[in-house]
Amino acid sequence: MSTKSEFDLDRPWRLDDRVAVRPEPFGALLYHFGTRRLSFLKDPLLLAVVQGLADHQTARAACESAGVKARALPAYQRALATLAGSAMIRARQ
Amino acid sequence: MTAPLTAQFTRGLSAPICLTWELTYACNLSCVHCLSSSGRRDPRELSTAECQAVIEELERMQVFYVNIGGGEPTVRPDFWDLVDYAVGHRVGVKFSTNGVKITPSIARRLAGSDYVDVQISLDGATEEVNDAVRGTGSYLTATRAMSNLAEAGFAGFKLSVVVTRQNAGQLDEFAALAARYGAQLRLTRLRPAGRGASVWHELRPTAGQQRMLYDWLTEHGENVLTGDSFFHLSGYGDGALPGLNLCGAGRVVCLIDPVGDVYACPFAIHENFLAGNVRAEGGFARVWRESELFASLRQPQSSGTCTSCSAFDACQGGCMAAKFFTGLPLDGPDPECVRGQGEKALAQANASPPRPSPDHSHRLVPVTIGRRPDRPCDQSPL
Repeated sequence: MSTKSEFDLDRPWRLDDRVAVRPEPFGALLYHFGTRRLSFLKDPLLLAVVQGLADHQTARAACESAGVKARALPAYQRALATLAGSAMIRARQ
Repeated sequence: MTAPLTAQFTRGLSAPICLTWELTYACNLSCVHCLSSSGRRDPRELSTAECQAVIEELERMQVFYVNIGGGEPTVRPDFWDLVDYAVGHRVGVKFSTNGVKITPSIARRLAGSDYVDVQISLDGATEEVNDAVRGTGSYLTATRAMSNLAEAGFAGFKLSVVVTRQNAGQLDEFAALAARYGAQLRLTRLRPAGRGASVWHELRPTAGQQRMLYDWLTEHGENVLTGDSFFHLSGYGDGALPGLNLCGAGRVVCLIDPVGDVYACPFAIHENFLAGNVRAEGGFARVWRESELFASLRQPQSSGTCTSCSAFDACQGGCMAAKFFTGLPLDGPDPECVRGQGEKALAQANASPPRPSPDHSHRLVPVTIGRRPDRPCDQSPL
């Protein structure tokens, strides 16, 4: 899976309209109907971040709101970059 | 995102990731290796209303998509309506077909939806190799369907191939064929299930072909789909194949058959792997969540004679159905174990392995296209 090294935490993001989210005990399953790809969120906190993206002006704010600690932020930035690279999430205007 | 979650998956999920639903046992073909022994419709098959109720239940369980097969699902008169019904309930559909109903107008209709994917089955890159197992005229039917899909602008549909001894040397030709139609190649494993049990020894790839297939798959990476079906080859250990690489039976996959019976996986149509029926109280969700069979499959499995093998972490002992229908113990090696343990086990195996059941094979001359199969496995043993 391609991973963009740069993910702009200070932009607004949202889930792609064609993505379905199914919560599971370990986190969640994401399925993109357009690319027909499945992704696994291995962490309930990441699920909260992803579900909160559309309600915040920046991805950083979504992370803070979900309770991501500052020192953990780089890991979540990388995870969001992966999701952006596979078109699961998109930048909002 | 790509780290293994196998510990979670082996304990099961709230709903299957990959659900196969065979809509009918009716089929216009009589492929010698049909894993569901299809041919004749079963009079007890689910009605349109019952299928719609299953779809509504899958929506509630948030099953993302179903893999619809058969039999030949498109010969059901309500098939296209059921596809529309599923899409309308946000349940995506991937369906497998031999192409018999994929006309230009149907192809245009399918090309318009993100929620529908099509797999065209073809088991030879040439007419000669394909038609020997799928029946006369089946190559032409499949390639005409692919041509219709390509002309309708349906990009990325699947060309689905069961790898056999006879076609294992055609992998590059299959890739070229898929590319010609703008399709993606999907290779899957021949299982000794259904009628496939009777021809498995003649059709299964040789040990040398298995190694070549593994190398070819690792070289082509995620561009070639496998439905996770070659995880037993992970024992070669020179790089994992894409996918979960575990037996998902009853954990992340299962099968709903045309009469509503729920089996642990599409390759295990036998009463030993029957978990329940969607017509019973509580429907499919109760079977998935409460069946005793599925609960037992979600427990740690004994690795038996494989315990001391250094490849066990990679291959997990291989395919349950392949072992079962070749008469091998479920806690022993896969019959196609890459370390050669399968061959040894087969030599000592039960001489009369369990018979696949039920059998809906055509009894007489089966099809409008195709010759009468001359193999005894294509006729009902009754």
